[in-house]
Amino acid sequence: MSIKIDRDKCTGCGKCLKVCPGNLLYKDEDAKAYIRYPRDCWGCTACLKECQIGAITYYLGADIGGKGTTLYTKREKQFLYWHVVKADGEEQVITINQQDSNRY
Amino acid sequence: MSMKLKPIILKTDILIIGGGTSGCYAAITIAEQSDAKIIIAEKANIKRSGCLAAGVNALNAYIVKGQTPETYLNYAKKDAEGIVREDLVLTMAEGLNRVTHKLESLGLVILKDSRGDYVARGHRNIKINGENIKPILASAVEHQENVQVLNRVNIIDYILKEGKVIGAYGFSIEKNTLYVIYAKAVICATGGAAGLYMPNNPGFSRHKMWYPPFNTGAGYAMGIRAGAEMTTFEMRFIALRCKDTIAPTGTIAQGVGAEQVNSLGEEYEKKYGVPKTSNRLYSTVMENKSGRGPCYLKTKGVTKEQEQELYKAYLNMAPSQTLRWLNNGKGPAVENVEIEGTEPYIVGGHTASGYWLDTHRASTLGGLYAAGDVAGGCPQKYVTGCFVEGEIAALSALEYVLGSRDGEDNDQASEKENSLQGSTEEIERKLQEVNAFLESGQSRYSIEEVEEAMQKVMDEYAGGISAGYVVNSEKLGIAARRIEELLESSTALRATDLHELMLIYEVVDRLTVCKVLIKHLEARKETRWHSFHEYADYPQQDDENWLRYVNSYQKDGEIRIMLRDLVKKDEIYEHKD
Repeated sequence: MSIKIDRDKCTGCGKCLKVCPGNLLYKDEDAKAYIRYPRDCWGCTACLKECQIGAITYYLGADIGGKGTTLYTKREKQFLYWHVVKADGEEQVITINQQDSNRY
Repeated sequence: MSMKLKPIILKTDILIIGGGTSGCYAAITIAEQSDAKIIIAEKANIKRSGCLAAGVNALNAYIVKGQTPETYLNYAKKDAEGIVREDLVLTMAEGLNRVTHKLESLGLVILKDSRGDYVARGHRNIKINGENIKPILASAVEHQENVQVLNRVNIIDYILKEGKVIGAYGFSIEKNTLYVIYAKAVICATGGAAGLYMPNNPGFSRHKMWYPPFNTGAGYAMGIRAGAEMTTFEMRFIALRCKDTIAPTGTIAQGVGAEQVNSLGEEYEKKYGVPKTSNRLYSTVMENKSGRGPCYLKTKGVTKEQEQELYKAYLNMAPSQTLRWLNNGKGPAVENVEIEGTEPYIVGGHTASGYWLDTHRASTLGGLYAAGDVAGGCPQKYVTGCFVEGEIAALSALEYVLGSRDGEDNDQASEKENSLQGSTEEIERKLQEVNAFLESGQSRYSIEEVEEAMQKVMDEYAGGISAGYVVNSEKLGIAARRIEELLESSTALRATDLHELMLIYEVVDRLTVCKVLIKHLEARKETRWHSFHEYADYPQQDDENWLRYVNSYQKDGEIRIMLRDLVKKDEIYEHKD
């Protein structure tokens, strides 16, 4: 369970650094964000939700059944879009209206 | 460039340590009811720190129609086999609905029926969209003018004067600063302790756990070092979770009515007595031990629509589980969900470990209050109960600051103000202690090695997963010796930056909690809660001798155990001895 930050996409805005509850994210010499302690990630996805350009993806470690599927989010008004991308590129989007309560 | 920290002195009326669930609510309460100055010191950033980082899927403590605070107390009491502080649980339960309405007014989405009533999920729960509950709370804090939030400041110890808490020391993890914060009252709201035991996934995904891995028992540890009385550490919390992702099971169990089944497809829970929290776990442990594992939540056959709703519910609190389902190409409608017990945690929000408090949430140290997971005696408080405790602790601390409780006049109040000073020698001593970790050189063992050694000791000798959660006196003796040795070697640890300095304090705090936990596990000579405290030398529940609290405090470096009589619901408990 951890995240990866795409260096090419990262604009260095620093929002993800700010919200990580474990203070695990830092900036490198080019002011790009990176995760300094990937094994210490809780998997809360706070950083994904901050990243409006989708530079941060979330994945399951191989030790907990990960097979290369990744997750990133996009937000528009009250909608949070969860993009799940399988290793073969197949993409699925689950849309959550934040004004709707969970049914369970 | 010198790494050494330099001190900055701050003064405030009320210092809140930890900007999580309780800490934020305490700050909002004080700010709305007074013009007292408040500082929140938060290790990360209040926007997403603490237990609510990923969100929460339901509010699990609410008095739904037909229930009362008394029925809530009865439930908590039954689940803990009588070892609760009735005064604390009842005062918590009485505030549940009030704080829920407050959160709704701040923007939390709660499901309502056509009449405008909240829709219940079972006897005590209501349905919400809780993905953004922490940003909602943080934003309410940030709108208060008299609250100063110090993000990325790690508090390490209280400042004591004549037995009273007059503030706290902490350090920034961004700049080389030692914060010396003086306050007329302090509220500890750091949360509980994870990472004491070897976790379910000890490799790359070691932090994929139930409780926030960044809650390292700091609030307990600083209280223990200051001599505060603690209670019920032996009532560990072990969660029953989805395998690997350690995501919640309640959403599936209650949401779609899935039963726990073994590998033979048999529903096994009822074989092991009444359906209490500890028994749901214990029954699963025993089925595995008997060779009938793995165990599952029987979801196979739920509709595609239900499956979609489960995907959404998990994205709102534990996204790893939805990712796992989609990653496998097999959702809960076609495959049962495997479940397992986690490593043990020490918390006061599900179980009852923490500060020994009076009814007003004051600790045994003057000027110090506690709320949330760090506060003992009040299990099953969950998120809403943490809000209520934050509120109660806030009002008590405010009363203490204003002096009305002691009926003191203005002279006495200004005297209190003047006494809010530690000595410069003390600050110097603290600086030396912290800076010693930043000196150049290498310790024999790394911070990580000490942490792993601790987790292995606790796992094998203090009832971790590999020991089937069972302890005995011989093993606890070994654990106590090993933890003492590790505490000794932790003094030689060295940090090359401020992040590592934080990691050193975290491992020392965890070791301190382990030391007290082992004493508590040894002290309660019975087995009252299966798995949570499974004492092989004393396998039976013994009401004659053990319907009492096991409490402790540290004096001269030794942990002293004391037993206290049960506190009933009609009592206003005050600290006397």
